[in-house]
Amino acid sequence: MILVENLHKHYGAVHALDGLNMTVEIGSIYGFLGPNGAGKTTTLRILTGLARSSSGKATVAGIDLAKDGRSLSSRIGYLPEEPAFYPWMTPGEFLDYLGKLHGLSTAERATRTRELLELVNLAESGKRRMGGFSRGMRQRMGLAAALVHRPEVLLLDEPVSALDPSGRKEVLDLIGKLSGQCTVLMSSHILADVERVCNVVGIVARGRMVVQSPREALMQQYAQPVFEMEGKEPASMKRWADLLKDYPWVSKLNQDNHILRVTVSDVERARKELLASAVGQGIILSRYQEMRPSLEDIFLQLVNHEVAQ
Amino acid sequence: MNLFIILRKELIQQWRTKHFLIVAAVLVVFGLASPLLAKLTPDLLKSIPDMPAGLADMIPEPSLMDAVTQYVNNMSQFGILLALLMSMGSVAQEKERGTASMMLTHPVSRLSFLLAKFIALAVVFAASLTLSALGCWYYTMLLFDALPWGPFLALNGLMLMAFLVYVAATLLCSTVARSQGTAAGLAFVALVLIAGIGSLPRLDEYMPGRLFRWGTAMTMGGSETAWPAFWISIGMIILFLGIAWLVFRRQEL
Repeated sequence: MILVENLHKHYGAVHALDGLNMTVEIGSIYGFLGPNGAGKTTTLRILTGLARSSSGKATVAGIDLAKDGRSLSSRIGYLPEEPAFYPWMTPGEFLDYLGKLHGLSTAERATRTRELLELVNLAESGKRRMGGFSRGMRQRMGLAAALVHRPEVLLLDEPVSALDPSGRKEVLDLIGKLSGQCTVLMSSHILADVERVCNVVGIVARGRMVVQSPREALMQQYAQPVFEMEGKEPASMKRWADLLKDYPWVSKLNQDNHILRVTVSDVERARKELLASAVGQGIILSRYQEMRPSLEDIFLQLVNHEVAQ
Repeated sequence: MNLFIILRKELIQQWRTKHFLIVAAVLVVFGLASPLLAKLTPDLLKSIPDMPAGLADMIPEPSLMDAVTQYVNNMSQFGILLALLMSMGSVAQEKERGTASMMLTHPVSRLSFLLAKFIALAVVFAASLTLSALGCWYYTMLLFDALPWGPFLALNGLMLMAFLVYVAATLLCSTVARSQGTAAGLAFVALVLIAGIGSLPRLDEYMPGRLFRWGTAMTMGGSETAWPAFWISIGMIILFLGIAWLVFRRQEL
């Protein structure tokens, strides 16, 4: 579990963190979202012990960072945004070296190295020096390095930012599989990735937590249900829109040529009555879709509100 | 203990990145060339055309002392230069690249991180100096006379200690600096300061430069000692490494 209470970090006059609060439950995959400069990397650096907070409290896997930061390294795995390695080493040698540092036996190290290289798709490059690795390969290698000792808490800073679509899918699937096995805190600015794997989302702006909530609850809370319909004739769609204005559950109508967008206040009633109304009016629809708000919509809504304040 | 695991990695690094090869090659070349230069220099001077009559006769015959002096002069210049070049990036480069922050989130204490680097550099310089000394001893025996083993060994030990003062000072600069360039600049200032203080009358007795003179005297059968410089050099190594650790343990990466 990760617990952050009123965390501050100042760099001179700049407040990178301004009273951040965060709770990451055991076994969850926590998506840490925020615009550039919001304080995501600073938070992760503090949680790994690489930086110190100006004030506030941070606990990772039951370890109070201010009191006992030393024992932290055996409990956490960390993937920085741009992982770096010794260019003269091969991935196999590097994982073996980390295994030794974590006290794994020779047999355990050999097995774990093989497992991890296969897991991150680097088995074929296992004997190649890392100096020639692409950024994507370094990111996958960084993930393997973070997992070598099966940590309780995994801290990932933009873990898929350098990967191509297929690499991104593989790594996200891998992170998704860690749910329940270890606690994952993953920072990202790619909202679709967070939406795909994270079950809890925290949105940070200006060094403060704007909202943190289970992903589905967040979607529900900030959902503005919209139904989108595409008709054959714009004129008939306009006529239908004029009629829909009088329905009590319709809160907003927006017509763009063939497309009519209806924002509703009561989803259940809309589901029952909207299509019936179209049939009653003889409207021929080529598309009917209940739109789901994306995490991106919620993110922009919340962050813009925070910045405006 | 993780220090040994990290030290092993550092030693492999010194080998694979060819740092050991560079230090050994430079020191061995100058180790071999020193007695040769001492032997040939008078002949080379005498062969200069148009040398005034009688001047050639004034050039003394080369001696064992010339071979030892040449060796110490070469080693003191190139050894110190190598100490600076090989150590300046050791910590700064890792901070710049990001490998330091990557490694320090694993069970690597900041003290072990620094100590392993210093010990690995000490091993590289000790091994290179041993090879260089063997070469110098062999060529001196061929061209002049056999050097006394014990005192010659002591001379090399004292030179190694002087090099390690510069290694520790440069390691401190590399720890304080954020980039290799800054580390190199700071290390050069440190070198000038140590060498500058060492050239001042009275103070020179306490500085590492004096160790070269003591070793030379010892090899040639002299009775001069420089125990204050010896102890102060040890103190300087401990002090520089201690400050480096104090700085590094508070440093944010």
